[in-house]
Amino acid sequence: MRFVDEYRDPVLARSLSAEIHSLVTAGEVVRIMEVCGGHTHAIYRHGLEELLPPEIELVHGPGCPVCVIPMGRVDDAIAIAETEGVTLATFGDMMRVPGGRGSLLEANARGADVRMVYSPLDALELARREPERHVCFFAIGFETTAPATAVTLLRARDEGVANFSVFCNHVLIEPPLRAILGTPGLRVDAFVGPGHVSSVIGTDAYRFIPEEFGRPIVVTAFEPIDLLQAIVMLLRQRAEGRCEVENQYTRVVRSEGNRRALDAIAETMVTREDFEWRGLGVLARSALSVRDDLATFDAERLFALPGARIEDPKACRCGEVLTGQIKPWECGVFGTACTPERPLGTCMVSSEGACAAFFSYGRLRRPREEAPVGA
Amino acid sequence: MPEPRRGRRPVVRDERITLAHGAGGKATRDLVAALFLEELGNELLAPLGDSAVGRPPPGRLALTTDSYVVKPLSFPGGDIGELAVNGTVNDLAVAGARPLWLAAGFVLEEGLPVSDLRELVVSMGAAARRAGVVVAAGDTKVVERGKADGLYVTTSGVGVLEHDVELGSDRVRPGDRVLLSGTLADHGMAVMIARGDLKLEGDVASDTAPVHELAASLLTLGDGVRWLRDPTRGGLATALNELAGQSGLAVRMRESALPVEPAVNAACEILGIDPLYVANEGKLVAVVAENVAEEALALLRRSPLGARAVEIGVVEAEPEGMVLLDTALGGSRIVDLLVGDPLPRIC
Repeated sequence: MRFVDEYRDPVLARSLSAEIHSLVTAGEVVRIMEVCGGHTHAIYRHGLEELLPPEIELVHGPGCPVCVIPMGRVDDAIAIAETEGVTLATFGDMMRVPGGRGSLLEANARGADVRMVYSPLDALELARREPERHVCFFAIGFETTAPATAVTLLRARDEGVANFSVFCNHVLIEPPLRAILGTPGLRVDAFVGPGHVSSVIGTDAYRFIPEEFGRPIVVTAFEPIDLLQAIVMLLRQRAEGRCEVENQYTRVVRSEGNRRALDAIAETMVTREDFEWRGLGVLARSALSVRDDLATFDAERLFALPGARIEDPKACRCGEVLTGQIKPWECGVFGTACTPERPLGTCMVSSEGACAAFFSYGRLRRPREEAPVGA
Repeated sequence: MPEPRRGRRPVVRDERITLAHGAGGKATRDLVAALFLEELGNELLAPLGDSAVGRPPPGRLALTTDSYVVKPLSFPGGDIGELAVNGTVNDLAVAGARPLWLAAGFVLEEGLPVSDLRELVVSMGAAARRAGVVVAAGDTKVVERGKADGLYVTTSGVGVLEHDVELGSDRVRPGDRVLLSGTLADHGMAVMIARGDLKLEGDVASDTAPVHELAASLLTLGDGVRWLRDPTRGGLATALNELAGQSGLAVRMRESALPVEPAVNAACEILGIDPLYVANEGKLVAVVAENVAEEALALLRRSPLGARAVEIGVVEAEPEGMVLLDTALGGSRIVDLLVGDPLPRIC
């Protein structure tokens, strides 16, 4: 396939792998966190770790937008979906995420009207097509998906679609990165920065990482060749004594980001005082809500939501996995009480979560004596 | 059921299916005679008795059943009628049987255009003739509007095993080769695109086809053929995981060997779906002994349906019960069972 095959070329992969091998010092481990779940997925799907020397340790970060939604918010979404005359529309990934009262898929089976869409505009179209129902879009995602929600809100306002609202759960990338970087005993030496988020916010947004925390970051696209190249760039920075923001995804990402997308977000949403993240706890100014002047499209004002805070299960060590302090299999419930079918913690929820990706694709790579129960 | 009166050729005058067509009276009789019998007619069905009665050829018998609930009813490359014949024929074929007879149970939704029904029954008849089976028995029920997506159909099938080859996961040995008769994921992606809610267009057609001749050709290899499967719902990954789970062996596939049409691959990429988990409806996956692998491939490739047959992997002793994939990039990974439906990833 054109535009994809080039980035999966095994010959190029081998030459980049050789370069990585030449750039590491035997026995000196470099821990690289890929922030984005899309990267985690690509690493496992293509078996990338086998092309890396043992000195490169990949740590899977918090950038799965589905995984970070706290259980209480899922329950709120279920409450909306169970309201008479209301259809809840959301992305397929979100349907299986368990809240305190089960998942949206289970709510659907109980009689709620939950429908899968591929874009918020599809949800708006649904509202136009079914004027007798109220359609609420369960919006999730980082700055990547927020512009699409923003544009949808603007269109709903301009066209006066009265039976449409947004349950806004958009989150920001900087606060969780700061939370991770501020973790005492942080075990991450360098970052592979998210590609799609950066196409909106730009690479300049990450300057605090080298400047305040002394860690290099390379904004990276999602194909395996991209990831290998990013690792080369990070290792070169180390070898040359540099520590800066670099852009591997030049085919899409600009240093200043996408002004129009940022403007659309600013026109429709404001930063919340705080927001709860699954696995990371409450982070200040880490999420967006619908602006006051669009209140009639804001599900949080239209519906009486339970708004309960549900603690992550005690046995779950997702927070430590997300900050690179432990590997997925070092958690006591990994693969036993917590599996992709019955996830306890955020990292097991979607295929982009660190634990689920490892469980589904990678658990072979561990030493045999550690093989998980039931594998 | 009474025969239509002599001299009166039964016709269905209604444009749409009504509850009367399922009531067992005159409307039902006319529908059966003018539509089902006309399009599917054969010696076993014609008496319209409560059971079809026939004598099977000597050999072991195979019996299977499958329900078809596909939406939309027609899609590029096929429709539910053709699918309902091929799917059940294929279940018999991979058991090593020559398909003989089908029974079809229709659940029609009130309001279904009779012309649509006729089209589907016509393609059912054509598929049956292609696969060398007869629809020997049938039943029709009508449910109220909104209680079915136009039409559901269940087909049961009887086939005969005219050989002594035992097929099964317990006969699979380390070193055996895994063969695939053609491209992956065509049916599932064709239907997904045809549903229209993806706003995706592509030149993707279902692969629905009977694989009984492919299966029969492999059976000429005798004990060299170990295990056959048609990788439908859940795709190749699910079929091979069942094999690995039941045999306690490992299956190692080569990603670079897996044939996927470029348009199918593109659709999968866009939706974040792995073609390994997408349904096929006209493919055969076979495990054969290493020493007959080349011959088996040649046999498959003789038929147009198997023209793109390839060896996709090998059975290994370890790791127990697992399916592995050597990626094109040079790494490897586990190919696990899917949890739930393949819901597209969002970013």
